[in-house]
Amino acid sequence: MIPLRADVLVPGGTAVGKALVLEAPISFWGGVDPKSGSIADVRHPQHEEPIGGTVLFVPATIGSSSASAVLMELVHNGHAPAAIVLHEPDAILLLGLIVAREMHWPTPPALRLDRSRHSDFSGLRVRISGNGTISPLA
Amino acid sequence: MSLELSADERAIAAGRNGDGAAMAMRIVAEAGRLLGADRLIPIQSAHIDGALYHGDSGTLFAERLVNGGARVSVRSTLNVGALDLMGCSRVRLEEPQRTMARRMMDAYRELGCETTWTCAPYQAGHRPRQGSDVAWGESNAVVFCNSVLGARTNRYGDFLDIACAITGKAPDVGLHRPENRRARLVFDVTGLSPAFLNSEIAWPILGTLYGRETGSTVGVVKGIEGHPGEDRLKAFGAAAASSGAVGLFHIVGITPEAPDLESALGGEPAEITVHVTAGMVEDTRARLSTAAKPAAIDAVAIGSPHLSADEFVELERLIDGRGLRVPIHACTGRHVLATLEKRGARKRLEASGVVIVADTCIVVTPILPAMNGAVLMTNSGKFAQYAPGNTGYGVLYGSLADCVESAVSGRPMLTDMVA
Repeated sequence: MIPLRADVLVPGGTAVGKALVLEAPISFWGGVDPKSGSIADVRHPQHEEPIGGTVLFVPATIGSSSASAVLMELVHNGHAPAAIVLHEPDAILLLGLIVAREMHWPTPPALRLDRSRHSDFSGLRVRISGNGTISPLA
Repeated sequence: MSLELSADERAIAAGRNGDGAAMAMRIVAEAGRLLGADRLIPIQSAHIDGALYHGDSGTLFAERLVNGGARVSVRSTLNVGALDLMGCSRVRLEEPQRTMARRMMDAYRELGCETTWTCAPYQAGHRPRQGSDVAWGESNAVVFCNSVLGARTNRYGDFLDIACAITGKAPDVGLHRPENRRARLVFDVTGLSPAFLNSEIAWPILGTLYGRETGSTVGVVKGIEGHPGEDRLKAFGAAAASSGAVGLFHIVGITPEAPDLESALGGEPAEITVHVTAGMVEDTRARLSTAAKPAAIDAVAIGSPHLSADEFVELERLIDGRGLRVPIHACTGRHVLATLEKRGARKRLEASGVVIVADTCIVVTPILPAMNGAVLMTNSGKFAQYAPGNTGYGVLYGSLADCVESAVSGRPMLTDMVA
């Protein structure tokens, strides 16, 4: 598979992780456990799957405006995704990363990639470079 | 075009007014850049959702602002915290989290926020005027502020809300701009019976369906006769904002920006029309419950969003002096407590077995007893959405009357919906 170039929404350097493609929109608040980083929403098809350390492809976010707080807590306690890939900037979610950067905590990058390419890396280990290139690892 | 800060804003971001104000300005500017704003605009007020404890990171952030000398520059009310500071209910948050939650609440007070501690600030005297720009957090408050009051706010996430309150500025994008407030979708309920539309349960169910159907698209509801009252609009908006990314809805003839369908659509044709059927309603109601036919219930919770004084009157009428086998957790704000006490209602309700929860609620902090396989009954679309993930309880969804009858008998009672 050829590498894809995504736009960097929030910089965070390079990252490596298994691509986890969410199959349904998610509310980070109420939908992700801020302590463990696993999906807590019982109605979500990937209920109980951990998002920590993954390259997380998010189709859409819904619900509470506390998503940013949950994401920042995951950054602070080490259970955040290694990188987050959206198809449009989500200010509520990404605020968690922006504020974590202001707090000088090591923060995962967030990228924008066309929605049609989100499934391309499903299940593969991928590497994100500082300029937003997503490439599969052998 | 990219975001351009004024000379004044740049000076603040560089530290002219202190470290706290600088950090707040940088956060607002960075959010504005992400959202594609050209500029920042002044705001009249803020409602802050950031004071709820999710872990130590939020406390450390708030204290960083306090230590940097920041203060809010516009009227700022506070959403729920993680503790019941009025002492009505017992929150099972243990140390060291309890102290960190308390420190967080203290920090937001020190920043100059009003200690309203409610998710229904619009019923606690914070009602910005139609057309004014504000920065509100808490999804139900955002949707009420935009839709029912006609003030203009985006869905401000935690941290951006307080940053806007400190700077008095917000990025000029989204629902602040009139062209983004017109409806593109029609949610047509004319196919539903008037009896159903006049029932209490219709509003959270239709809100849940609306949120699922519209996502973040602005829609207009067609087919509501007569004003349903603010509490029902509150229930609709809260449900819609928890099942979708809803920030603004219109209802023809009811909400301020929808005197008629054409105005709500801004003179353009609708891009999509959803014809709501009784089958869609029944399916939505079924999906609000996660517990299939439980034999018993372990708790009842109401008050998401926080109950108004009127809703307590209705609760008392339905309980009618009877004792409850299963407690009803009734979540509300301190703005309602005084009224309850003046009427003697608090004493009467607590004597029946109602647990009043103030300043917080049962899905944001541990209040319900920890139990495996427990079932919570609720009439709130928002509680139904969040209780399974946040409390571990399965949910049985029903009307307020059914919740009360079930609490009295200890067994789930569900009357058929009026079709």
